[in-house]
Amino acid sequence: MAYILKDIVNKKDRFVSGHRMCAGCAAPVIVRSVLRSLNDEDNAVVSVATSCLEVSSCIYPYTSWDHCSFIHTAFECAASTLSGVEATYNSLKKTGKLKNEHETKFIAFGGDGGTVDIGFQALSGAFERGHNITYVCYDNEAYMNTGTQRSSATPHFADTTTSPAGEKTPGKVQQRKDMTEIMVKHNSPYVAQTALYGNLKDIHEKSHKAIYTDGPTYLNVFSPCPRGWGYNTEDLAKISKLAVDTCFWPLYEVENGVYKLNYKPIKKVPVEEFLKMQKRFKHLFKEENRYLIEEIQKEIDKKWEYLLMMEKITNNKEN
Amino acid sequence: MDKKNIGRGATILTSGNSKKFKTGSWKNRYPSHSKEKCKNCMMCVPYCPEGCIKQKDGILQGMDLNFCKGCGVCANVCPFKAIEMKEI
Repeated sequence: MAYILKDIVNKKDRFVSGHRMCAGCAAPVIVRSVLRSLNDEDNAVVSVATSCLEVSSCIYPYTSWDHCSFIHTAFECAASTLSGVEATYNSLKKTGKLKNEHETKFIAFGGDGGTVDIGFQALSGAFERGHNITYVCYDNEAYMNTGTQRSSATPHFADTTTSPAGEKTPGKVQQRKDMTEIMVKHNSPYVAQTALYGNLKDIHEKSHKAIYTDGPTYLNVFSPCPRGWGYNTEDLAKISKLAVDTCFWPLYEVENGVYKLNYKPIKKVPVEEFLKMQKRFKHLFKEENRYLIEEIQKEIDKKWEYLLMMEKITNNKEN
Repeated sequence: MDKKNIGRGATILTSGNSKKFKTGSWKNRYPSHSKEKCKNCMMCVPYCPEGCIKQKDGILQGMDLNFCKGCGVCANVCPFKAIEMKEI
């Protein structure tokens, strides 16, 4: 199936205007891209963990979700709620109580806090039980909903309100949790990492694959946040592109344990270019903190080498 | 009070009704679309966080300023510089 933008924008809009997300937020773009990859005739059940997306897309009595069922759950349990819905659906279908000719797909959205920290137990459980669901994490790298507190997905040396940069500490002192790798180790049939890159082909194709693969699948999406990261709202596409080009956020997918890097920059852009756009890394450009940038670069290079190696190894095994 | 007129608690019985809630007053600048420069590549349509850029049969119709929050993402992704942000 070729990706033609003119046809894609004609598809059913399942997330409508009038939501209360900040200007320039990436999350609505991600949600639309994921839901657009559904076939138009199929139904969808969406469950959203408490996050920016949830609190600003269904403020009573308004809802922005259209052509799909929507369940708001607590912070912890987007994955377990959806597991229950999926199990009920299967049971009703088996006993013939539900006569529906079209397929129903189950999609959960969560922020990084609701996925990596608070919702992790429910997510891990759902993947272990093997429900036929897709979990999409839009990773904006901190608890943006409550005012930029650190989460375990916050990158190394980022300045947040609970990991402030100052004389004593240079921002967050710990490294981030590599959520995509953790989900690969759950033996999921399809795990991918994507971003809003170029004409959105990458996110569209990966969402389609994730939604129409049997079993629990996981998507980790890079979601820039102009408020929390401190960059201009219009730079959404630019900052996503830089994250991919510097290999800060590699685009790759893992299908049944086989790695595939979807984009390999011919020449890696130094991570400095990505960092200097954002206020949360401003302190790294002081003279005494310069060595921290090198440290970040080393971590990125190490991860990139690891991915290249995994791609080589897992593809060799196939032959 | 007539009990029949009270909806079930904690549920929204319609879908997509946030269209009634206009967010256009948030902006302090607005996008201006030039039909001459526009090549209808549709790059801005999926990138708009509000989903307020309208197109019909592959032709861009313009922005719904009732919802536009003035973020300027569309102006920056446009490869032909057909969208310009203007101060109100």
